[in-house]
Amino acid sequence: MPDMSTVLQQARRSLAIARKDVRIYYAKGPVIIFGVLFPVFLFLSFTIGRNLSVDFMIPGLLGMILFFTATSVSPIVIPWEAQARTLERLMSCPVKIETIIVGDILASFIFGLAISLVPILIGLFLGITVLSPFIFTLAVILAAFCFASLGTVFSIPPTNMPSTVNMISSVVKFPVVFISGIFIPLDELPAWGQAVAYISPLTYFTDIARYSIQGRGHLPAALDLLVLLGFTILFLVVAMKLHQRTMPRRI
Amino acid sequence: MNNDVAIQVVNLTKYYGEVLAVHHISFSVSRGEFFGFLGPNGAGKTTTVRMLTGVIKADEGTASILEYKVGSLRAKQVTGVVPEMANAYGDLSGWGNLMLMAELYGIPASVARERGTGLMQDIGLYPRKDSLVRTYSKGMKQRLILCLALVSDPEVLFLDEPTSGLDVQSARLIKDLLQGLNARGKTIFLTTHDMDEANQLCDRVAIINDGRIAAIDPPEKLRMAVSGMHSVEISFDTAVNSEVLASIPGVNSIKKLGDKWRLYTTNPGELVVSLINYSSSNGLKIVSFNTLVPSLEDAFMALTGKEKKDA
Repeated sequence: MPDMSTVLQQARRSLAIARKDVRIYYAKGPVIIFGVLFPVFLFLSFTIGRNLSVDFMIPGLLGMILFFTATSVSPIVIPWEAQARTLERLMSCPVKIETIIVGDILASFIFGLAISLVPILIGLFLGITVLSPFIFTLAVILAAFCFASLGTVFSIPPTNMPSTVNMISSVVKFPVVFISGIFIPLDELPAWGQAVAYISPLTYFTDIARYSIQGRGHLPAALDLLVLLGFTILFLVVAMKLHQRTMPRRI
Repeated sequence: MNNDVAIQVVNLTKYYGEVLAVHHISFSVSRGEFFGFLGPNGAGKTTTVRMLTGVIKADEGTASILEYKVGSLRAKQVTGVVPEMANAYGDLSGWGNLMLMAELYGIPASVARERGTGLMQDIGLYPRKDSLVRTYSKGMKQRLILCLALVSDPEVLFLDEPTSGLDVQSARLIKDLLQGLNARGKTIFLTTHDMDEANQLCDRVAIINDGRIAAIDPPEKLRMAVSGMHSVEISFDTAVNSEVLASIPGVNSIKKLGDKWRLYTTNPGELVVSLINYSSSNGLKIVSFNTLVPSLEDAFMALTGKEKKDA
């Protein structure tokens, strides 16, 4: 078991890695614009022409944007670094593989949070009211971390081709968006549809976001938070354990 | 363990699938030593460096850096690495890369700034420190990578082909810097296939071939160990009979080169005495006299089982 000073030391180094990621991979015009525009257009294409309330639409839009942005760059950072030959240097530094993974997750988390302000501000402009601001804030933070962790799970296969990882993540991300109660409320789904929805972490965020804004969710808010936390821990553990095995194989 | 040992390697082994890349190698490097690791491509040099720098795990055997197990945070903390074909982050400036590395080694910002400034000035990058690394030339990138390895002021430095493919000026600058570091007591582990570089810089050289250590010795001793490759070139003022020359004690074989003779021997010292005795007793005047020792390249070729083209 590592001592406290080692944990703090590694946490500081994770922050350094996160800052590096933000500067290199996230703070770029096209990444930011794509991060906002893509989910917005996808969302509009499924909602325009349907008689949906703003209260219903904004939680869905927020869920999609948070999910897509927090999982957009984190899967490709490690394969990209292996391909660009910067990973070996990083691995020879006094940082654990977990430290590298947490750094990548933190960068993705910050990016997800920053971009999620866009739909929140749009919602506030359109007149929505956040009825439970504390739960809402907690849910956004937890979901951003959960989705960022999921992003690093996508990059576990030891390929150094970012396009391959992008393909893997897209194969998972698109179906998840359609089963998570974003376009059709959970209440209106058949039993089998609900059963499928429960395997998606995005379902629980969309539900708690609706609870925070519309005042009612399909599941109890505490359960949504608990399941999101469970998914976060699961993704973190899986990413850390499996990257331990696959990261040296990238070199 | 001996406190004078910087790197201790015991039975280190690495498989890639069925292929045995590094085969139970053992050696130790003393503190302050400049140690060369020579071998042909695919001999296992880079795999060994990667195991010693904790990037990949060994399948068998153990290794330590200053008594810390390789791969541990403490071992990495005292080690600086210039990996083979490594890159700095192209979208960060040279200075940005340097400060990132300092943070990853836990160097306080004020120390990092002072040390970084000194390093970049020493290596001639200071005027370009704020330019993005992707605008650097290959030589500048490699010099920066060396700075990155030195910003933590490591006790042990691993360099994997640091001057490979560089212009003469950058290579010279790097070699001078390495010699200066070694003079200040740093232990240096240099992987190279440049014989001249190993000969000029290293206290001892290990030759690795097919994943096995073929020899470990100082460069001079390695050269001398190659039997039958020593020779003496001599010319006299009058013609001499080749059979008579071949019968002189210590001569293994002879070759005529224009007006000179090249006499191959296993014992050049004894042959020199015999030749002087021969010329004085036969009233011959020696016009020219050279002793030729095998190069490190000869030793390398002999030890790695390769034919030397012009031998």
